[in-house]
Amino acid sequence: MSELAAPELPIVEVRSRRHPLAGFVLRRLAAGVATLLVVSVLLFVGTNVLPGDVASAVLGRDSTPAGLAAIRTELHLNRPAPERYWTWLSGFVHGDLGSSVAGQAVSGQPSPISGLIGDRIRNTAVLALFTIALLIPLSIGFGVFSAMRAGRPVDHAITGISLGLISLPEFVTGTLLVLLLAQWWGLLPGVSLIPIGESVFSNLSILVLPVLTLLAASLAQTTRMVRAGMLEVLRSDYVEWARLSGHRELDVVLRYALRNALAPTVQVIALNVQWLVGGIVVTEYVFGYPGIGQALVQAVSARDVPYVLSVGMLIAIVYISLNVLADVLVVLLVPKLRTAQ
Amino acid sequence: MTAIAARLRFAKTGTGRIGLAASLLLVALVLIGPLFAPHDPAAIAGLPFQRPTGDFLLGTDGLGRDVLSRLLWGGRSIVGLAVVATALAYLVGVSIGLVAGYTRSLVDPLLMRAMDVLLAVPPLLLLLVLATGAGRSLVVLVLGVATVHTPSIARIVRAATQQLTGRGYVEAALARGERTAAILRREILPNILGTVLADAGIRLTASILILASINFLGLGRQPPAADWALMISENREGITLQPWAVAAPALLIALLTISVNLVADAVARSLGTSIDRKQVAR
Repeated sequence: MSELAAPELPIVEVRSRRHPLAGFVLRRLAAGVATLLVVSVLLFVGTNVLPGDVASAVLGRDSTPAGLAAIRTELHLNRPAPERYWTWLSGFVHGDLGSSVAGQAVSGQPSPISGLIGDRIRNTAVLALFTIALLIPLSIGFGVFSAMRAGRPVDHAITGISLGLISLPEFVTGTLLVLLLAQWWGLLPGVSLIPIGESVFSNLSILVLPVLTLLAASLAQTTRMVRAGMLEVLRSDYVEWARLSGHRELDVVLRYALRNALAPTVQVIALNVQWLVGGIVVTEYVFGYPGIGQALVQAVSARDVPYVLSVGMLIAIVYISLNVLADVLVVLLVPKLRTAQ
Repeated sequence: MTAIAARLRFAKTGTGRIGLAASLLLVALVLIGPLFAPHDPAAIAGLPFQRPTGDFLLGTDGLGRDVLSRLLWGGRSIVGLAVVATALAYLVGVSIGLVAGYTRSLVDPLLMRAMDVLLAVPPLLLLLVLATGAGRSLVVLVLGVATVHTPSIARIVRAATQQLTGRGYVEAALARGERTAAILRREILPNILGTVLADAGIRLTASILILASINFLGLGRQPPAADWALMISENREGITLQPWAVAAPALLIALLTISVNLVADAVARSLGTSIDRKQVAR
């Protein structure tokens, strides 16, 4: 099947001789924070400055002039955009995520976002961690196995099935899984609701279908990338040398090849974990799972600007942190990337 | 000519041939399918959630509309919007990449840093934020999907352009006194087009995936529009009574994305280039 390009690795130019790694980590962190600041402007402009009257969108059909004015005051829509941005950002940095407009419209009193999202973040984290805990060993296993059997029927089967799975959007995978495993065979619950007062852990079976849905595309993607990285290493001279020295093939793969394929693998996994962010939003919505992604979609539907802005920023922080973390991890794992100037 | 022959070589591989046949079949279905719709896709023609019968070959949906007719109409928006968004992404991405790769001024780093920032935003989040700010506007949705692809296209084009700027024929054009725009269009663009378009197929699949997801979340096309993704979310509650209203559009979306991806994969292999899926956000 198709060959995938091996990931490019970051090459660290060591500037300070005494603490080369610390310098790299600091510079990478600074770049991450700078990116986040620009992204925060982007998110603010996207939610606030585009045409469309948010106040009447929030209130919908029930809008009265007095209600509209109240919402505009609540959102400070009468003040200039740069000032509103600054108010929001300084609040965010100090842990004040603002108030949900939709929450206030329903309950009639201010509903701080930080009070609304605690449980949801935990639920999403549980879903993500279960998925990642399965994704890492399975993708390395399938990827290495497929590379060792390159060109044989089992390799064709793995690459073919994975190409099919990559092509499916999460909501289609999820829907087909519900049809098959919940509807026709009745093995698992088709929705993943958590009753009020209970936690995810009181009924773990609700996690099975969402985790399978998330795994389908991400496992396929990661397996293909790990396979590509591994193939490249298996073609190298030192692997050939190890084979010629009479090591067993399994030994060659585990002791020589895998170690050198580690850096690209770490990057590939980090990349795919990053891509899970979008998948989690859709998957939570499919199964009605009470996580942060489902809440975000509801907030977008209600055009709850402060909610989308603050939760969107939290998601951007996770996304960009994963990126920084991957770069730092790779440099820690592979000494040869630390080139001296 | 040889280049075109090489580009068509993918059709000789088994998977390429299957993918191409299935894609063409689906495009035909999407384009001329509406002519064969037995009912008006928006009309309430029967009882809600009826199982398949002689009059309704795939049954009816939650409002009693004919599922088959809605299916035949429902592919246009996904395919149409995805093609427009992907084409737009190439137009903008190629332009930015050409300028950034050719110029030796400050414009290059400025453009590329802007692209880096766009790459740092999760694609779905970008679209959700735009949907919050602009409401359910299809124009903004298409612009958003194009924005998701633009940075990675610009990066590839920039790198390819930089490789060519020192070549003899570019220097010759410069010496002839040709304008920059003419050099970019006539000397550089034709020579990088193959590299640039090699991943058009997976970008198209990615556009279909993300547009369908947004429609499914109820943030794209609105009822009563006939749309495959929207049909799935509308009829999920009746999945016990009438699974076909959900299964049929789900299978069609699956078939569409898989066959386009098969073609993309076969094209990349026949060109001997590798698909860099990392460059395409999912």
